[in-house]
Amino acid sequence: MPKTFQEINEKIAKGQAVVVTAEEIIDLVEEKGSARAAREVDVVTTGTFGAMCSSGAVLNIGHTTPKIRIQKAWLNEIAAYGGLAAVDIYVGATEMPEHDPLNSEHPGEFRYGGGHLIQDLVAGKPIHLKATSYGTDCYPRKEFEKDLTIHDLKDATLLSPRNAYQNYNVAVNGSDKTIYTYLGVLKPHMGNANYSSAGQLSPLMNDPFFKTIGIGTRIFLGGGVGYVFWPGTQHDPDPERNALGVPKGGAGTLSVVGDLKQMHPEWLVGVSLLGYGASLMVGIGVPIPILNEDIVRHTAIRDEDIVAPIVDYSDAYPNARPETLGEIDYRSLRSGRITLMGKEIPTASMSSYSKAREIAGTLKEWIQKGSFLLGEPTELLPAVGR
Amino acid sequence: MISRKIVLRFAAPLVDQPIIYHLVKDYDLSFNILKASISPQEEGVLVFELTGERENYDAGIQYLKSLDVQIQPFSEDVRRDENKCTHCGVCVVLCPTKALSVDRATMRVNFDSDQCIACGACIRACPPRAMEMVF
Repeated sequence: MPKTFQEINEKIAKGQAVVVTAEEIIDLVEEKGSARAAREVDVVTTGTFGAMCSSGAVLNIGHTTPKIRIQKAWLNEIAAYGGLAAVDIYVGATEMPEHDPLNSEHPGEFRYGGGHLIQDLVAGKPIHLKATSYGTDCYPRKEFEKDLTIHDLKDATLLSPRNAYQNYNVAVNGSDKTIYTYLGVLKPHMGNANYSSAGQLSPLMNDPFFKTIGIGTRIFLGGGVGYVFWPGTQHDPDPERNALGVPKGGAGTLSVVGDLKQMHPEWLVGVSLLGYGASLMVGIGVPIPILNEDIVRHTAIRDEDIVAPIVDYSDAYPNARPETLGEIDYRSLRSGRITLMGKEIPTASMSSYSKAREIAGTLKEWIQKGSFLLGEPTELLPAVGR
Repeated sequence: MISRKIVLRFAAPLVDQPIIYHLVKDYDLSFNILKASISPQEEGVLVFELTGERENYDAGIQYLKSLDVQIQPFSEDVRRDENKCTHCGVCVVLCPTKALSVDRATMRVNFDSDQCIACGACIRACPPRAMEMVF
């Protein structure tokens, strides 16, 4: 007997919902079978914590006296986009101060960028704002400077066009010199293989056809509550899939939004990717309502059943060639060693599995306590073969 | 007899000097090199264990100081800021001594400072910059 979002929410509100994490559901389905698991379990919680470059925040600084129509703005010397109405600005996770040496001395360190700024804002630290304009009859002011904190802002909204990639490349370096990528430092001659996914715990691995996730899905975002508001940029509704329906590469993504003022700096962490740039590590957890047996089967996916493509980041990737060096499953990746072309290679992760696990556990607690209800999507995200 | 692990840093003019040879020949000390590197700016970093009689050891250290070699005990060299580490694990493949390793059960990153030779490979590669050199 299929369940509805409303029925599950009624149980959550009464504190009676049965909630397990995406790790716990694996054994549960194995023991009890998917039909019984679907009857007994109401929600499966997922989590991921990794660098998500397409993240940013919309800030409204409040009107000044006299008023300014901001044309250009800087927060801690990091440029924010001011091509919006008077005092709305947007700061992106990868923006760097104009005086930063960047990669002029390769590999650049990128010590403080947009991601760090967002973390400092969330932490309540003082931020220096500088804004300039050309002056108009109704907005005469041409310059404005102020030290402010997030509490002084009229609005602070995390609004990110692409987060939570469904699956991702495993990066290796086939050249004879070290390279510096957004997947970390890659040693020559395939000295290491780096990946970035929480695999069986990752949100979009657990609902590969977007049977429950859509516009309006309520999520754990940056330690607070957020929402999915659209498919993320580059969302691919029709990727190559394995026998269990899980994409064999990138595929689906999420656009997410939430009030930055209720988020936490532990779950929005500014990062410096050596030789690449600044970014923001974002914590995201998506609850999957167990509406039927089909959905619970998807959530029971295991690391060994999910594969990722191995890509040479010294050649094929920068030159936009589609070839891969094969594929590898996440159980092997997470063991710390894989074998590629007869050679044993150590692996490293750019995303934190332990933090992903913590997020899934926290979201489980919120739902068990009745403080987090599911958001029923107005429309599901695009997927072919649903 | 004493034996200490120390880090030497020396500027470009000293890079081609046979400093270690003099420590052995003139001060009767023995050594075990744990790590040696010369940066693009030709600053040399040498991590080694130096062993010998107490007075020879002290005299050897004085000799190094007279050459303007920076000396530091190596045990306190690298620290992890536990509040910053996100346990992603991207550092572990860069650590030459496995001082950084992933506990596969908890998937958290362990830092065993006894194994650390203070090479510094993790410092700039750590995304949240949780690893720091302590001087």
